[in-house]
Amino acid sequence: MLLALDIALTHLRTRKRQTAVSMLGVAMGVGFAIAMAGLMDGFQSYFVSKVIDVTPHIIMKDEFRNPPVQPAALRFSHGAFALRGVRPRDEIRGIRRAQSIVASLSRREGLAVAPSLEGQVFLRYGSKDVGASLVGIDPDRQRTVSNLERDLTAGSLDALKTSANGLIVGIDLARKLGVKMRDTVTAVSPAGVILKMKIVGIFRTGLINLDGSSAYALLKKVQVLQKRTNVINQINMRLKNADEARKAAAAIERRFRYRTESWQEANEGVLGVFVIQHAIMYATTGAILVVACFGIFNVISTIIFEKTRDIAILKSMGFEEADIRMIFLIEGIAVGILGSLLGWALGYALLQLLASVKFDVEGIVKLQGFVLNSTWVHYAVGTVAAMASAAFAAYLPARKAARLRPVDIIRGAA
Amino acid sequence: MSTPVLEARGVTRVLPGPVPVTLVRDVNLTIEQGEFVSIVGPSGSGKSSLLYLLGLLDVPSEGDLYLQGRETSTLDDHELAHLRLEKLGFVFQFHFLLPEFDALTNIMVPMRRLGKMGHRAMRDHARALLADFGLEEAADKRPGQLSGGMRQRVAVARALANDPLVILADEPTGNLDQKSGRNVFDIFENLVDTKGTTVIAVTHDQHLAALTQRRITIVDGVIDTDHTVNDGSARSDEPQRPRREI
Repeated sequence: MLLALDIALTHLRTRKRQTAVSMLGVAMGVGFAIAMAGLMDGFQSYFVSKVIDVTPHIIMKDEFRNPPVQPAALRFSHGAFALRGVRPRDEIRGIRRAQSIVASLSRREGLAVAPSLEGQVFLRYGSKDVGASLVGIDPDRQRTVSNLERDLTAGSLDALKTSANGLIVGIDLARKLGVKMRDTVTAVSPAGVILKMKIVGIFRTGLINLDGSSAYALLKKVQVLQKRTNVINQINMRLKNADEARKAAAAIERRFRYRTESWQEANEGVLGVFVIQHAIMYATTGAILVVACFGIFNVISTIIFEKTRDIAILKSMGFEEADIRMIFLIEGIAVGILGSLLGWALGYALLQLLASVKFDVEGIVKLQGFVLNSTWVHYAVGTVAAMASAAFAAYLPARKAARLRPVDIIRGAA
Repeated sequence: MSTPVLEARGVTRVLPGPVPVTLVRDVNLTIEQGEFVSIVGPSGSGKSSLLYLLGLLDVPSEGDLYLQGRETSTLDDHELAHLRLEKLGFVFQFHFLLPEFDALTNIMVPMRRLGKMGHRAMRDHARALLADFGLEEAADKRPGQLSGGMRQRVAVARALANDPLVILADEPTGNLDQKSGRNVFDIFENLVDTKGTTVIAVTHDQHLAALTQRRITIVDGVIDTDHTVNDGSARSDEPQRPRREI
């Protein structure tokens, strides 16, 4: 084995240029993978951490995933029927027995609970009319389920308690309306209630949809505005460990039957985009490595072609197929390893370069430049992929070399 | 009567193909340990093919081969390779030294593959072999830095690395000038005389063939003559050649 290693490395050492070129191919693949992974991992982690930080981990809504079964369907389960004149119930909705549900949830370990009433309103200021999602909260409870308070750039949560009709808006929403602190806007609800409200706080979370369309006010005020006294239509919850949200939400929904969404479910759209992003990255990196493979295949094949006589002599000496195959396989893997190491350097350099770029981005989140999160896992995965491809690329030529018959070669040489 | 080191019985080798070519036909041959044999014949007569068969580099289409009395035609690649490694040594017309390694390392390759000696022992053995051929200064030189004659001698040294029973040489002097060629045959003769190694050399050079003790001629794949120089005449006063235990 050591002998095979010795021979293999000597082959590579005496062909520095060929080896270097194929190394470069592998390095590009690995380097690119490291940089891209750091980029995408960074972006995704940033988004997720923001979401977990600012929004409740679990929200129970006054909806049901499936509509309640019609009595007729139960009665005539094997038949067919048609209902006529079905009209939706004209009720004020909200979560039934909200108080008892809140109390029951509050008793659970590691769960913070805050009820709220959420609804669409129009905010009017001067000539501007902007739709917003207005959430009525209890400030003391709300701060246990969300870090919104920390993202306030002006005003405070408690100001809601002291002012008459206080309103806290997102910074982009404020900009859209053209309001600043202590301005008075008019809120109009679909129920037709009009309420003058004073801006007592502005927040900036970095999440575009929150900053642009969310507003908070006291629960009681919103209940009045929406003409839904004593109604709660959202129960917000926060866990100690955000990763458990999916499981916890499902359990809660099974118990209370109302639609209960984890943050993962609520952001499925964006998280789905990340999955696609990852897929694209893997595909691109894979393609680069495939091309690098061709390079390795080529180099190994060339070396073998030049070494045909050597193979004959080694076999005549008593080297077996497996020995010959091992030599050239090692050569391929060596190129893979060396290329990976070079790729680490390349990837690292790329990341440094990316980190230094500053620009404003307003997509799903607001950023000033790339957020990078590079871990050893990226380096390791890139290397493993490179070595596997290198071994694969070298295998076929190595096998062919191993099968060469010395007699044929020697006959041909003389 | 000791077991012959090599034996062929009814050996035939046919190259398959659209027009099958018979390389050797119905060869029956017995070679004792310590013989110095030359195989001569016109070009294309099958002498090299016979050598490869005897050296277990090729497998006969028909017939049986025996190495030290052990039948080899049924052995698999692994076992044949091991026999070649341990008991046989090849020398070809072109030296086939590994160009990237120096002479000393080249000679050590078969030893390393066999793995029976420690590193220091292998180095010493390789140096000793080079010294035997007067090639001490070639130890750290690459084949490219040596003359043709020197390369061929290094190749012979390499063939001896694992102390084989038989050296099989295929036109070992074909690429050398007369003096170097004679030199190589002297080395072979010395091996036979002092170590009791069997040497089988294919050559088209009649002068060199005349130096050997037994001459086999082969024509069109069939053995034509098999003539052993009478042991009595020129060598009766020489000391008994050491018999190699096999």
